[in-house]
Amino acid sequence: MQMLYFGWVRQRIGVPAETVAPPDGVRDVEGLIDWLSGRSDAYAEALRNRDTLRVAVNQELCEFDAPVGIGDEVALFPPMTGG
Amino acid sequence: MIRVQEDDFDIGAELERLTAAAGGAGAVSCFVGLVRDFSGGETVSAMTLEHYPGMTERQLGKIEAEARERWPLDAVLIVHRHGRLEPGDRIVLVATASAHRKAAIDACSFLIDWLKTRAPFWKLEETPEGGRWVDADPEDTVAEERWAAHRGKRGHG
Repeated sequence: MQMLYFGWVRQRIGVPAETVAPPDGVRDVEGLIDWLSGRSDAYAEALRNRDTLRVAVNQELCEFDAPVGIGDEVALFPPMTGG
Repeated sequence: MIRVQEDDFDIGAELERLTAAAGGAGAVSCFVGLVRDFSGGETVSAMTLEHYPGMTERQLGKIEAEARERWPLDAVLIVHRHGRLEPGDRIVLVATASAHRKAAIDACSFLIDWLKTRAPFWKLEETPEGGRWVDADPEDTVAEERWAAHRGKRGHG
């Protein structure tokens, strides 16, 4: 699974992108965030405030209950500030 | 038409191209967003825009399609810059062409409101206190929701 991070999520995690292999039990975005948060304090801190976290799966905005699986591109980022 | 680029753009040349592409349009409306030198009481010396290549173009394409569905537009142009910009620099250009002024002006206003909350850009300001990420402005969400309500009232889906 290809992860992408932007804005302060990227800054706090420390990398802009990485390939991850979550365990079989991880089936949706929420589960993925829970699993990532357990990897280190930096992930836990970056992903702690879920109200300010947005997610896109395969470049489409979605909710935390969206399914994720092998081969998906999942991006985590703060609320967007275009314009 | 959508363009995401680091380079600056020439407003006059862009509007001339848009007007030529629009054929017999009677109205062209445009908005240009600039980097401010202040934010929340602090001096801003520069701003770096980060974006999500691929998704940015998709989101901007969707926003353009939505505007074309709502108004009879002859041409649409969105040019959005990324990278490090300084106060006074141009960030974004939105331009619309239509037969009449109201459609052109309303569509332009709609597009910039939707860009604020739906285009995957993040802004890091350089201030005397150090780097600071720009938070989403709740007013921008209010502005976007106003258009959603407008759509509901018109009964277009």
